[in-house]
Order: sequence, then structure tokens, then C-alpha cells
Amino acid sequence: MTVETIQNPGAAIAAGQKLAIADCDIHPSPKSVEKEVFPYLEKRWQDHYNTYGLLLRQPYQNGPAYPKGQPDAARRDAYPPNGGRPGSDLAFMQTHHLDRYNIQLGILNPLRSGQGLQNPDFAAAYCKAVNDWQIAEWTSKEPRLKGSICIPYEDAALSVQEIERRVGDPNFVQAFMLIRTSEPMGNRRYWPIYEACAKNNIPLAVHAFGFGGSPVTGGGWPSFYIEDMVGHAQSAQNLISSIVLEGVFERWPSLKLIIVEAGFAWAPSLGWRLDRVWRQNRHELPHVKRPPSEYMRQNVWYTTQPFEEPDRRSHLKDTFEWIGWDRLLFATDYPHWDFDDPQRIPLPRADAETRNAFFLQNARDLYGV
Amino acid sequence: MPAPPPGAIDCDLHPAVPNLKALLPYLDDHWRDMVVQRGVHELDSISYPNNAPVTARQDWKPATGKAGVDLDRVRAEALDGFRTDLAICNCLYGVQLLYTEDMAYAFARAVNDWMAAEWLDKEPRLRASIVVPPQNPDYAAAEIDRLAGDKRFVQVLMLVMDEMPLGRRRYWPIYRAAERHGLPIGIHAGSSYRNPVTSVGWPTYYAEDSAAQAQAFQSTLSSLIMEGVFAEFPDLKVVLLESGFAWLPAHLWRLGKFWRGLRMETPWVDRHPMEIAKDHVRLTIQPRDAPPSPEDFERLMTHFDSDEMLLFSTDYPHWQFDGDDALPAGLSPALAEKICRTNPLATYPRLKEIVA
Repeated sequence: MTVETIQNPGAAIAAGQKLAIADCDIHPSPKSVEKEVFPYLEKRWQDHYNTYGLLLRQPYQNGPAYPKGQPDAARRDAYPPNGGRPGSDLAFMQTHHLDRYNIQLGILNPLRSGQGLQNPDFAAAYCKAVNDWQIAEWTSKEPRLKGSICIPYEDAALSVQEIERRVGDPNFVQAFMLIRTSEPMGNRRYWPIYEACAKNNIPLAVHAFGFGGSPVTGGGWPSFYIEDMVGHAQSAQNLISSIVLEGVFERWPSLKLIIVEAGFAWAPSLGWRLDRVWRQNRHELPHVKRPPSEYMRQNVWYTTQPFEEPDRRSHLKDTFEWIGWDRLLFATDYPHWDFDDPQRIPLPRADAETRNAFFLQNARDLYGV
Repeated sequence: MPAPPPGAIDCDLHPAVPNLKALLPYLDDHWRDMVVQRGVHELDSISYPNNAPVTARQDWKPATGKAGVDLDRVRAEALDGFRTDLAICNCLYGVQLLYTEDMAYAFARAVNDWMAAEWLDKEPRLRASIVVPPQNPDYAAAEIDRLAGDKRFVQVLMLVMDEMPLGRRRYWPIYRAAERHGLPIGIHAGSSYRNPVTSVGWPTYYAEDSAAQAQAFQSTLSSLIMEGVFAEFPDLKVVLLESGFAWLPAHLWRLGKFWRGLRMETPWVDRHPMEIAKDHVRLTIQPRDAPPSPEDFERLMTHFDSDEMLLFSTDYPHWQFDGDDALPAGLSPALAEKICRTNPLATYPRLKEIVA
């Protein structure tokens, strides 16, 4: 432990001085869909759920396309002692996670929320129910936790309804999508979502995974879970390319986009490449007024889990500086197996104020809480 | 701005098939008949629209027709222009895009025979890659075997996006044949368009297709490493062509992090992906998706932790730079020498034989 502390100045701060932390990616689950989500779901959709389940654009009725690295993708120590899935017990999450790391602000990102369901009406109803559930079971009981407005993003009109239903509700700090949409995110079919977010000053988080139906690489379906997981970084680059080159940030300059659980170290090279491509194809892109990297610097944030780990920490310092320390948001991904411990990530060396911004203040500034 | 030192080896040059008619003498009777009877169209890929800015630099573009079809201009602009000793021709005529594997095989053979007769026979500074039909890896391996005796063919050419990720074992007959003959696998930007070019569907703008190539190279590298291609073929080298290179270190950090957590899934991957890439993967330097300032470029170079991975290329006649500014600013003379000469010679054993 002493060695770890010496290697990691971030650890000394977090452990020794009880640095307050914002965790921008926590995954809550219902103890039981029937008990916790059904109360907010119309009878029709309860019957639908019981008859067909959650049909996504993926092969299996239950479980992911690729078997995870651990059961339920969870830490072995994250199962609540009173039973239930990891992330389903608030009292256990409080002691096991929030108190332990002095987490002052935790952003809830529900994953089985109805997003990506084939039936758009069911997706809308399920998302609404999951949002109501977040208030009832989590944010109303624990002020450190804030919810995400899950939207049925493949249908923009229904998504806007859900966003507008939650405007001004302090239980929520962001709208929430998944990265693997059915068309690139800059596509016009999604624009009403961006309009609603920008108009209401609601940041838009886009989390790894999703069910768009396209192969997860441009060259088809890979064989392994590791390729699926690493591939979220490529999907995130595809979505940023699309959203910048379609001119979304030119149209809604105040839109705040947060890339969640898809890495960050790829962002500088993406910016350099997009700037080149933009210069080469200016006449195709008259609606993109500035180099793409400038929009990225102004409109995009990144959560850091799973934290990239080069052999040399100085390399990551370059990366942080190229992206901008103010763009990076600490996240743990609790309760998942690839959890990042704030005391163990190889954070580049920085002064106390910068570290505080990274662990807490950037998120407070972004979310205004 | 930096020009390459004299004697450089250009690892990505694009002579173009001017039109289908030029291939007719190299097709067998059946396919020659089919071209005429069925009115087969030009196999020009949407990866490089004929008049798109990237497809031909303005000063390398003829008044009419395609760039890269005229040997005299290639000599003057690409070879004499950069004082290169040798250049490797990667023909991008779209045979990999065909849906009929027999047809793809016939056209791949025609392209290779056309390359030998129209370019290699006429200009001793040129070398070429063997175009293969990935639609049928057995055919591809047979084509490699057919041409491997001609030492002017120094590499096997594939496109980065095909029906499946290139590490999949379906393709291994190609890698087995390449390794047997000491030929690197060159993987070039482009797609057979069996799948949307992005993991989130088809884009709106050509610029997005262009940008997405970098992500395709990332996922392809994940596939090659995780499927165990380099464990199965320990002598195989892969050269990423027109891939960009700035993305490589960050991608391998991420792949390495997950490898640490998921090693049980691919037990044949017995080293950090960064170490595997340093031994087996090379990248050409155009396009230069790198930081514009020389200071930042130098910092990026340290992230590679290797001076052996980058290979000089002009990507002629594609428009990646102006004038003779073929090298990034911020490259030390020693590293420039490695990129322009030492690394290509080490990557392509067949070049060494002939140059020496």
C-alpha cells in the first residue's frame, strides 16, 4: 500500500485527505423488474414484457451478444449481502461504494432501460418507467445520486417528450443514450433530441453499448468479447465524427456531449484526423465552419473509466494536455468488473487544484450541481 | 518543409487501371466475353470517388481521365520527384468488392499480370503487391503461390474492411501462403462495403467514410492480435497502408488494458498487444493524422516506444500533402532515415535482396 501511494500522488490525496469525488458512471439495477419497474409501466406494456421480453437488435433473449468477463459483468464483491443483482441495493451501495470513496456526486446510468428496443412505443414506455424508478428508489432517497433521463433515442419525437417531461426536475442531470445507434448520431433523425437538450441546457451523455444492429466493426462481427469492449472506442469515434461533420455543434453550440465508458486517449488523434479530412473536403462540408477539433474541445467531455494505462505515465500526461484536463470526468463504472479505483488509477502528475477538478469540480461545473 | 532524404523507399504508390478495357488482354476468354456481353462496369470503388480531393492531388491530375495511369508522369512526379530508390505499387482497382468469387479471382489475376507487364517490366524502380480475392481465401492463396516466384512482388494486398474482421480464421490460408513466401500482408484503407463503414451505420458525407478508415484499422488490429494470427504465423508482418498512425499507441493502451483483464478469453495472446505490434505491425506515414506542431509530434513519437514501426509513403497520386512536404515536421534526421530506408528494408525482405 505504501508503494502504491508513493507511485500515485492521486492516491495520497484521495486516501489521506479524503478528497471528494464525483463518479460519473454508476450502474443501478432494479431488484426485480416486476416489483420496481412495473409500478410505472402501463398494464399493456407489463403484458408485453411478460409475453415477449425485451427484444433488441441482438441474437439472444437474455444476456449479451458476447459472454462477459464475469457473471453479470460485475465485481465479485458487489453482490448485496441481502440478495439481488450488483447495484440493486442502495444501502449496500452507500457503504460499499459512496462512503468508502467519499463520493459526493454519483451519476446513475441505467443500462437495461428500454433503450434500443425494437418496438419504439415499448421503448418509450419502458424508458419512462425506468426514469420514474430512478427517482423512487434512488435519487429521492440519496441526495448524492443524480439520475439520467433515459430516452428511446431511435424515435426522436418520443425522446423529446421524455426530455420535456423531466425538464427542471432536480433528480436528473443529463439525458442518456447508448453509443451504438442504428444510424450515425449526427444523422438528422436524431436532431430533435439535440435541440431539446440544448434548449433546456441538459447535457447529453452517450454510454458504451447499444443495439443499433450494425456489426460492431466496419469489417463485420468480431469473435471476442474483448473486441466488443475495445470497440466502444471506435464506435465513439464514429459518433463524434458524425456529429461534428453533420454540423450538430454548429447548429447547437451550447450542446454538451459526454462520452461515457468508451475511453478518451483516442480523442487527440481523432481530432487531428478529422481536421485533415475537413480541410480536404471543405466544399462537401460548408456547414462545418471550424476545424472539427475545435468543436471537440468546446462541446465534448469524456469519462475516464476504463482508464488507459500506458507503461509510462508521462505519455498519459501528454494525452491529458491534448484533450484538456477540464474535459475529463472521473468515473468508476461501479459495480462492473472493470471498475476503476480512484486511488489506483495512474493519474498523470498535476497540482492539487487540477486533481480536484478532475475528481470532482469538472463534473460539478458541467452538471451545475 | 521536410522532403525525404535521397534513396527513400516509397511504400504506398497507386498506379491506376485506366479502365476495364486495359485489363481485357489479361483476362481469360470467358471473362473477356463476359465483360463485353454483360457490359461490366468499371470497378472503381466509392472509397475514392474519381474527382474527390483526396483521389488526386491537383498538380498530379491529368486534364482528363484518372491520375496515376501514366508511367512517365509516375516516373517524373513520384520517383524522380522524391528521389526514391524503390516504390511499392498498390493497385486499388475494386476486385475485392465483387460478389462473385470466380470473377474476383479472374480479375485479381488480370490486375497482377497487367501490373507486371505494364509497370514492373517497364520501370526497374517499381515493386508491387499481389492483389488477391479475399472472397475466397483458397483462391487468394493460389494467386500468392502463382506469383511468389516473381521477386518483384513484395507483398500481398487486402482492404481493411471485408465481410469479416481480417483476423478471422477464414482468412488464414492467405496468411499461411504469405508467410511461406516471406511476403508481408499489406492492409490498405478501403472496404468491400459488405458492412456499413462505421459501427453505427452508413454515414452521410464522404468525409465520414474517409475518417472512419482509422477506426477500421483499429478494430482490424484488435482482430488480428486477438484471433492469434501472430501466434499462428510468427514470421508474418502486417503493413497498414494509408491508415494514419497517430491512433496506434492509444489504441494499444486500451487493447492492452482489456487484455490484462480478459486474458482467459484468448490464451494464445501471450504478450501485451503493444509488444506484438512492435514485432509484427508497420504503418505508412500518409495520411499524417498527427499533431501539427513539431513539439507535439515529437511527444507523440515517444508514445510508440519504437523507431521501427513507421514506413515512408507518398500515397501518390492521392492528395495528402503539398509540394515535397512528404515527411512530418518534428522528425529527427536519424528517425527520418529509419522511416525512409531502414524500416522498409527490414519489413520487405525482398527489397533487400534486390537493392543490395
